[in-house]
Amino acid sequence: MMKRWQVMKRLLPMLAIFTLLLAGCGREDLSVLKPQGPVAQGQFDLIKLSISIMLVVLVIVFALAAFVLIKFRRRPGQTEMPEQVEGNFKLEVIWTVIPLVLVLVLAVPTVKEVFAFGEDHSNDDNAIKVKVTSHQYWWEFEYPQYDITTAQDLIIPTNRDIAFELKTMDVIHSFWVPSLSGKLDTNPDGTINKFSFSAPNEGVYLGKCAELCGPSHGFMEFKVKSVSQESFDQWVTAMKEPMVPIEDVALAETFKNQCLTCHAVGDQGGSSGPNLTGIGSRETVASILLNSDVAGEYTNPVEDNLKEWLIDPQSVKPGNKMPAPKDLGLTDDEINGIAEYLANYKLDY
Amino acid sequence: MDWLTTVDHKKIAILYLLGGGLFFGIGGIEALLIRLQLIKPMNDMLDAQTFNELITMHGTTMIFLGVMPIVFALMNALIPLQIGARDVAFPFLNALGFWTFLFGGILLNLSWVMGGAPDAGWTAYTPLSSSMYSETHGVDFYTVGLQIAGLGTLIGGLNFLATIITMRAPGMSFMRMPMFTWTSFVTSAMILFAFPAITVGLVLLTFDRILGANFFDVAGGGNPVLWQHIFWIFGHPEVYILILPAFGVISEVIPTFSRKRLFGYSSMVFATILIAFLGFMVWAHHMFTTGLGPVANALFSISTMLIAVPTGIKIFNWLFTMWGGQVSFTTPNLFAVGFIPTFTMGGVTGVMLASAPADFQFHDTYFVVAHFHYVIVGGMVFGLFAGLHYWWPKMFGRMLSEPLGKWTFWTFAIGFHMTFFVQHFLGLIGMQRRIVTYLPNQGFDTMNLISTVGAFLMGVGVIIFLVNIIRTSMKPIGVANDPWGDGRTLEWTIPSPPPEYNFKQIPLVRGIDAYWKEKMAGNTEMAPSEPVGPIHMPSPTILPFIMSLGIFIAGLGLMFSGEEFSNSFMSLIFNNWIVCGLGLLITFGCMLLRSLYDDHGWHIEPEELEEEGV
Repeated sequence: MMKRWQVMKRLLPMLAIFTLLLAGCGREDLSVLKPQGPVAQGQFDLIKLSISIMLVVLVIVFALAAFVLIKFRRRPGQTEMPEQVEGNFKLEVIWTVIPLVLVLVLAVPTVKEVFAFGEDHSNDDNAIKVKVTSHQYWWEFEYPQYDITTAQDLIIPTNRDIAFELKTMDVIHSFWVPSLSGKLDTNPDGTINKFSFSAPNEGVYLGKCAELCGPSHGFMEFKVKSVSQESFDQWVTAMKEPMVPIEDVALAETFKNQCLTCHAVGDQGGSSGPNLTGIGSRETVASILLNSDVAGEYTNPVEDNLKEWLIDPQSVKPGNKMPAPKDLGLTDDEINGIAEYLANYKLDY
Repeated sequence: MDWLTTVDHKKIAILYLLGGGLFFGIGGIEALLIRLQLIKPMNDMLDAQTFNELITMHGTTMIFLGVMPIVFALMNALIPLQIGARDVAFPFLNALGFWTFLFGGILLNLSWVMGGAPDAGWTAYTPLSSSMYSETHGVDFYTVGLQIAGLGTLIGGLNFLATIITMRAPGMSFMRMPMFTWTSFVTSAMILFAFPAITVGLVLLTFDRILGANFFDVAGGGNPVLWQHIFWIFGHPEVYILILPAFGVISEVIPTFSRKRLFGYSSMVFATILIAFLGFMVWAHHMFTTGLGPVANALFSISTMLIAVPTGIKIFNWLFTMWGGQVSFTTPNLFAVGFIPTFTMGGVTGVMLASAPADFQFHDTYFVVAHFHYVIVGGMVFGLFAGLHYWWPKMFGRMLSEPLGKWTFWTFAIGFHMTFFVQHFLGLIGMQRRIVTYLPNQGFDTMNLISTVGAFLMGVGVIIFLVNIIRTSMKPIGVANDPWGDGRTLEWTIPSPPPEYNFKQIPLVRGIDAYWKEKMAGNTEMAPSEPVGPIHMPSPTILPFIMSLGIFIAGLGLMFSGEEFSNSFMSLIFNNWIVCGLGLLITFGCMLLRSLYDDHGWHIEPEELEEEGV
């Protein structure tokens, strides 16, 4: 009974691997195992190849171990000394050469893929260039060709190469959209990391910061929104429109004095905080408060999310650099007014 | 008092075991808190800052203060016995190494109660670990505490090197050394080359933080990626510093309980050396996503994959050691045979990680967390459990309970796989590591729950082990020289626990597995290589303890040298470097004392040896 159990113990993990692999797992907009673009596909192919090789190795080792443990266990009454084998030159050569061959099988496509991934698209006229700047704890996306800057939601057209240039304003972060491409660090030392990916299908893909960057590291997410070329063009136009004015004069003054020193909206404002143009049509507020028209357990209308954020930014994202509006002297009415204004600031695209 | 002044390697081994066990427990509690926090999405049991402190301290504690000292405990307890020596080469240094480790570890853990633990990850990447982004004294505790603890490791490594090179019994050539001694030897050599790198790195980071230097500060012309290179030039060899002794343990346990000699001894030796060498050649595979460029990434990919070859040799040699043998499933051997599939799984994911383009996806996700826990827990800790159960009777003269040992194995092993197997998939479906919480409905929820339950099962395994130790310690001492009956190496020829001088007469070694060879020749004990004579012993001394205490005080003084205290007396003694100076004075004073005072030690006379009835 004991031995059958041990065999099962060795087979179970493997069966589990196969089941999970065949079923495929995770969300399409997030999982490495469900790649949504050519770059992630190339990496997934390599992952599949390496998993297959490794499964072969595991099967051999597990089978051998199971056989040895069952066949050669000590039986009661065994007293004679087993034959003392020194080694076997042939066998040892075999298990040196076989791993070498396996490594070679993996090494060749690895090297090929490394250089493919290292290709520089930044001088490709057809590519959309995006300068990504990471901050504690938000992402800034600048489109130098169109002279626009946005934050948190990266809007890209389908089927175009997006040529990224990555840098950081503070600590090291890592830019990662699992279903579109592997990650790359944003380095503080002035070296600009470049890479590119493209998304053939329209959709919203989840992006994450993958390098520990402080207390709110886990909350530093972003979205990549892949839209049709027409929508993208409309979005660019809408982004370039001047700021939608606030009707209430007093509120407009407060907004200008307290918010626009850091944040930009349309053609107004500063650039040290996230650009807020069209924040009403973004997927999230502060990357973790999910927007939705229907309130659910973890989703709320954008206006409620904005209020939650404005009332106490530190409780939503500990350690972030935004001063609490109340400390700046804003009243509840002003906070509600600004939340309402921002929630209705939507871009049509 | 006896324990504070001891220079006996066996007692120092027990001290290392206690110290390591204490920190292992602390690290384990930190791990359980981490897993509790991640049990469900959007959990707010811990705040983000505390969580980062926990992950940082869990990693740091486990690597430097948990498993490493337990490895040192085994090495201290066994190397002299396995090579037929009366002690290590430098008993005084051996004690000093232990006390600096302990005081370094205490300093590091004081951070919990003295205003903020380190919070920049156990890798302490700059600029997050700079004083600009990590404002508490946490990272100072990290740099100074690890510096002091690292001193102990370096001293220990040097000592083992000298011991193994110079103090082997007559006839024990290098190619007749037991595998555990071999891997300890190679490990010590790696410590010799790797630890200076982290020492330099920690000094530079200390200078940056405390004295305002600019080694890693971009604004001052420094480079944060430099820290990553320095850290991993130490950090990757460190992984092999941990795992090689575990390989050694497995190579001792499996032959004993298969009643067969180790298959392919010489290829095992060369595989060990090759792993050590390659271990220094692969540090940049931790930095594929830093943007080193395709050429560097390709080269480090291939060099990393090559490590699979010597590791594979070892795995197959162990399997073929059992082939044709008589395998008995005692607790040590359960852990040893459990080690093989578990470590193989950690190894194959290592090769997967070596493939740079695929690593762009794996890096900094739970896939990596799963991988290195398979290697360090599934390899290292399984190896340590095997070794501890195996040598416990030798170290303490009492057998651990076998039924409880088996319970330890099954709960720990099942809990381990539950905890870490699912983490591979968590990583692949997009969960990055070191996150305090996660949004629901991303597919993370169930697997995190399973993982947490598994972690607690592992905790139960450890508790059963502790119960086993306590129950065992109630029993009287009195096991035979060779309690497992099939001991093959020199430590099994002497009483358990061994007398202070280990060997009444240094044995003459006639081949690999010296004791087994004598058994086969029909002898019950080793042929001596010298007549019975007086045995020279070193005197016990309190100096190592006081020296370490001095370094500890100096460390605290250095850390708080720039602190603004509300108390003027505190400001006076800290800000004027008085505390720091006092600490250094104590340490250097002890050194001077030791240099000037000639201590010749003492002798155990032959008559006394007879009286003890050995």
